[in-house]
Amino acid sequence: MAKTYYDPADLRKFGKITEWNEELGSKFFDYYGKVFEEGALTAREKSLIALAVAHTEQCPYCIDAYTKDGLQRGITKEEMIEALHVGAAIKSGATLVHGVQMMNRVNKLEM
Amino acid sequence: MIVSFCKNDYKSLIPMNIGILHNLSTALEMTNQLNTIMSTKSLHKRESDLANANRQLELLSNGIFANGELPTFKDKISETNQFPLTPNKLEILQINLGYMCNQVCEHCHVDAGPDRKEIMTRETMMQCLEVIKKTEAHTLDLTGGAPEMNPEFRWFVEEASKAGIKDFIVRSNLTIIRANKKYYDLPEFFKKHNVHVVSSMPHWTRGKTDKQRGEGVFDKSIKALQELNAVGYGIPNSDLRLDLVYNPSGAFLPGDQASMEKEFKKALKEDFDIQFHNLFAITNLPISRFLDYLIASDNYEDYMYSLVEAYNPDAVSSVMCTNTISVSWDGWLYDCDFNQMLELKVASKVKHISDYNEELLQNRKIIISQHCYGCTAGAGSSCQGTVA
Repeated sequence: MAKTYYDPADLRKFGKITEWNEELGSKFFDYYGKVFEEGALTAREKSLIALAVAHTEQCPYCIDAYTKDGLQRGITKEEMIEALHVGAAIKSGATLVHGVQMMNRVNKLEM
Repeated sequence: MIVSFCKNDYKSLIPMNIGILHNLSTALEMTNQLNTIMSTKSLHKRESDLANANRQLELLSNGIFANGELPTFKDKISETNQFPLTPNKLEILQINLGYMCNQVCEHCHVDAGPDRKEIMTRETMMQCLEVIKKTEAHTLDLTGGAPEMNPEFRWFVEEASKAGIKDFIVRSNLTIIRANKKYYDLPEFFKKHNVHVVSSMPHWTRGKTDKQRGEGVFDKSIKALQELNAVGYGIPNSDLRLDLVYNPSGAFLPGDQASMEKEFKKALKEDFDIQFHNLFAITNLPISRFLDYLIASDNYEDYMYSLVEAYNPDAVSSVMCTNTISVSWDGWLYDCDFNQMLELKVASKVKHISDYNEELLQNRKIIISQHCYGCTAGAGSSCQGTVA
């Protein structure tokens, strides 16, 4: 077996988290399930948000899970990549907006 | 999606080829050749190992099922005392008029295609008509291949429609209506005999449809649907029933049938002014060309896991084989179309349409294997869509 921190088969074992703490594990999965239910947002919209966040969080399990979830919902590649760009834009924006802090600092320190 | 998965898969083989060939263009050429072979010929024509039903059954019982990693279907339904699986009241007689088809879909469980020559003769059709006249079944379901390609198709539909069956379904792949001038009048023909048309449509976008079913399939299907609408099929409250079948274009399960129906209706209406009645979401069963694809793309184990994880005992009690008899092009009887492709004839004294005896047949035990997980996943799956 390859020595690696991430094993795709581990995703299937996620549910076993409850085995070491039934109460907290169950509460988490109840919450998780409830979050993704159809509400003011559709389950489809939530799936796309999850896909984008899965990438910004760089969680391989989540990426696998929500790519498949999207395909099952008939979400197209075009929709998926646009969702990703939203995530990527916020990520890069978050980096760049800190540039204002840098500029402030430079302006303060420089004569 | 299927072709792109396949492409990715073969591309992943390329580095290995490069090592041997030191030639990227040759490797890419091989990729293209592989894709061409995949998309234009049946497994039978390719003399693939998987054209052999026994080999498929062997595969479905080996590996993760043999080593106990996953429970066999028998063990799984035994947990809820549903083994052996036995028929309920017979409702649907499904007749396969032949494996010949104008398309070679990547996922086809029939391994149908233009190179398949097995088609039902008039003699066998006459035996079927005798059964149709006296059966308790309220639905007659003609399938293929493309059933319309059988030269006796129209004669058979005319004769069968006289038998007064309540729901008379023809599973039409849509493109056949545009494939040749001789099929252009099919919408009128269907209408004349009050045929209930059930057609496959894997997605409401061109890309996804063509990848699964072949180049140009989407445009032809759209045109065919518009023609069916034009003669009155699929219009709300119309008696001329037009339902669509959705099956996933890849190694994943269908999403919620009602949500998919909403998406299909909205997109087809907005983009093409097309209407239809219901959408049947059908799970791809791991047999024949879909099994070949799962193995070639290294998705087999994950797919079987998905099916077993989504197992729903409620779906078992109303699974398709409990209310259907499937008849092959040569008159043999099967629990379902999938068992037909796996050459698993009914476990009954009566095995052929010429000896048909409904009472005897209804006392049989249904033959199962691991492919059956495909019909019990999630909301269940049948030729009429979800069951649970």
